[in-house]
Amino acid sequence: MHPIISALKHHKTTVVLVALEIALTCAIVTNALFLIGDRVAAIRAPTGVSDNELVWAQTSGLDLGQGGKAGDDTAADMAALQGMPGVESVVTTSGLPLSGDMFSRSVYRRSGDKGSSLDNVVEYMGSPGMLRTLGIKVSEGRDFLPKEHVDYDPFKKGQLPPTVAIITRTLAEELWPGQDPLGKTFWQDSNGKDALQVVGVVDHLLNPQINNAQGIDRSFILPVAMVRGGLYVLRVKPGARGAVKRDLPEVLTRIDPLRMVTEDHIYSDTVSDFYHGDRAMIWVLVVVTSCLLALTALGVVGLSSFWVQQRTRQIGIRRAIGATRRDILRYFQFENLLIVTAGIVIGSLGAVGLNLWLMQRYELAHMPLAWLATGAVVLWLLGQLAVLGPALRAARVPPVVATRSV
Amino acid sequence: MFGYYLDLAWRSLKRTPILTGLMVLAIGLGIGASMTMLTVLHVMTDDPMPGRSAQLYVPHLNPLPLKGNFFANGYDPSDHLTWPDAMALLKAHRARRQAALAAGYLLVRPAAADLRTFYVSGRYTTVDFFAMFGVPFEHGSSWNEAEDSANAHVVVLADSLARKLFGDTDAIGKMVRLGENDFRVVGITTDWHPSPLFYADERAKRYADRDLFFLPLSTAVDLNLNTDGSVDSWGKMPNGDMRSATTAWLQFWVQLDGPTQAAAYKRFLIDYSAEQKSLGRFQRPATDATLYSLMGWLAHENLVPGDVRLQMWLALGFLLVCMVNVLALLLAKFLRRSGEISVRRALGARRRDIFVQFGIESAVIGVAGGVLGVLISELGLWSVRHRPDDYAHIARMDASMLLTTLALAVFASTMAGLLPAWRACRVVPALQLKTL
Repeated sequence: MHPIISALKHHKTTVVLVALEIALTCAIVTNALFLIGDRVAAIRAPTGVSDNELVWAQTSGLDLGQGGKAGDDTAADMAALQGMPGVESVVTTSGLPLSGDMFSRSVYRRSGDKGSSLDNVVEYMGSPGMLRTLGIKVSEGRDFLPKEHVDYDPFKKGQLPPTVAIITRTLAEELWPGQDPLGKTFWQDSNGKDALQVVGVVDHLLNPQINNAQGIDRSFILPVAMVRGGLYVLRVKPGARGAVKRDLPEVLTRIDPLRMVTEDHIYSDTVSDFYHGDRAMIWVLVVVTSCLLALTALGVVGLSSFWVQQRTRQIGIRRAIGATRRDILRYFQFENLLIVTAGIVIGSLGAVGLNLWLMQRYELAHMPLAWLATGAVVLWLLGQLAVLGPALRAARVPPVVATRSV
Repeated sequence: MFGYYLDLAWRSLKRTPILTGLMVLAIGLGIGASMTMLTVLHVMTDDPMPGRSAQLYVPHLNPLPLKGNFFANGYDPSDHLTWPDAMALLKAHRARRQAALAAGYLLVRPAAADLRTFYVSGRYTTVDFFAMFGVPFEHGSSWNEAEDSANAHVVVLADSLARKLFGDTDAIGKMVRLGENDFRVVGITTDWHPSPLFYADERAKRYADRDLFFLPLSTAVDLNLNTDGSVDSWGKMPNGDMRSATTAWLQFWVQLDGPTQAAAYKRFLIDYSAEQKSLGRFQRPATDATLYSLMGWLAHENLVPGDVRLQMWLALGFLLVCMVNVLALLLAKFLRRSGEISVRRALGARRRDIFVQFGIESAVIGVAGGVLGVLISELGLWSVRHRPDDYAHIARMDASMLLTTLALAVFASTMAGLLPAWRACRVVPALQLKTL
């Protein structure tokens, strides 16, 4: 090992440059891999509903925003939609995971106590059969009973809200950390006067939008008789989705020719559209990371070849005084290992620094140290792979070279 | 000598085609990636009103109470004005021109039987809007001052909407039904859409949206027409009353000639805030009031998504690695030619000559890398244009960015060549010649 280090001292600049390149690559690639992992995890997070069996639509009457008559046709609409071929069930909801618009409010752990509030909790509302139609799985407790669905619109005065709710695991943990939420009560409304008893808990249900204030999946579901101006969600056999989406606007306009169908989507497309930015980002990161690794590898190949050529005589001499081919091969491999390791050590520090800088500017999470290890392994392999060709060429140098004067 | 060095560089590069190709590829990829993202950033932060932007300002007041969480939706509600504040600023008339505005979204019910109803986006605003932003009219003109405050049912249409509704006939004076009301068309603008749509609020897709109608703000409030922007209320629930003093929803722009007027206007805003504070309406310090220039406002609004910035940093980091890569390869390549350098030195070449010779060789790589970089960034921009984001369609390279690309490539490769060229010219000729 000692002779390798002293030999390296003769090429300080080049060695430093290679180590620097490895370090930069390591810092960037590690963070890029972390970002890719983060985005992939986000995309793969379960929505909590049956992605591949839903079609949804939204309509607007002519008086949207002015009279509040929108949705007067709801019952007729639902009957018509239910009659479409391929449709198993229909419900109205206030929203679907990742569908866009959402409504959030404060909830309270104690009645009327503003100090006990939890702000920006997403409220889902659904008509009877919502959980079954959407495919939401209750992991603890039960589904709503038919009689629990009441006439309720949070924007109208004088209506008594439902008294039971199903909440997500995340909300349960924030309301009552470490406790069994079933049967517990929380309060809503602007004064925290309306009590809601938890009858069920769902593990997964993403919000209609994901942002910092409302979080990812902190919500509760209220049983209502009908959501006016909400979404029609249709449970459809996967093969019939295209046809249902195609015929849906016509079925709805037949009931009220003056209104417009503002949204009509196959739900899996909604999910896929929601993540388009993440997919673009993953794609960019993968391309840049691959280019970076390829370029670094090619750079190492170029420099190693140069060194082998430069040291042909020394290799010859070593071979002449007894070094085997394997010794020469090992020499170059070990030399590469040393330089790459130096680069990785500096690069890991750089990666942590870069991660901290990105965290400040872009609200990223802390990079788990496992990613550093991944980056290190990738670069070690890459370095060894890159040096193999030149090192094999070095090993083939015949001892007789030593006796030739150039 | 330049021609001779160019010839030497060409010969030297030809001798090691793989290494040369690798260096050109490295510069090309680094430059291509960087210029793709820099171009996207360039078009996104471009001046939407060249020639006018220096005169346009946004007054910013802060009527929010001291306590409360107002940033839940990711923006500052005080970026918008309340109705009383906007009206006070309009009436004070301290700027050359001033306009209050809000986004509108209305249902159009065409008279023509073959057209179905559809929604259009537009703007509710006050009369100075058109002169202040220089909106070009094709026919007619804006509504007048009297109509502005008299809740008149008048509308200005964009050319494309007028054509859709009335065909090629003159639409001036015709009636159009928007929502539940009839409006008389007084003017047709040419299709005018600054990019970004700087005066729209954060709810808008500011690189894609355009306004197809304009109607008086007073009329919109009087008829309680649908607004399509952020509406934030605090204090007692105002129940949809857009004139409420605790509901922020209006954008406000003023035209000021020069920094003296701007300073005076800012003072006016502070005085106004102090007055409101003494009346008990404002709670925050009067000095919170401020005035943004147009470009300052766009920076404050932070139009560029985090992902785009992140991708730009990634591309620049990539370029840095590419440069280090080229640097190391050039160093190896130049030092391998120690013999050649020594012969030239022995024949009388000065260190400076050697330095220039190798400098030119790196610049040649830069030019080749730059050409490749332009191709790669065109490819990159093409892929950006295929993203479904609202800014995608404007991602195009202009002449200035093209020149920047080439310049950056030559600069990068020359920078990468500096150290190797310096090392090359420090080669001691005697030592090398001995071994020859």
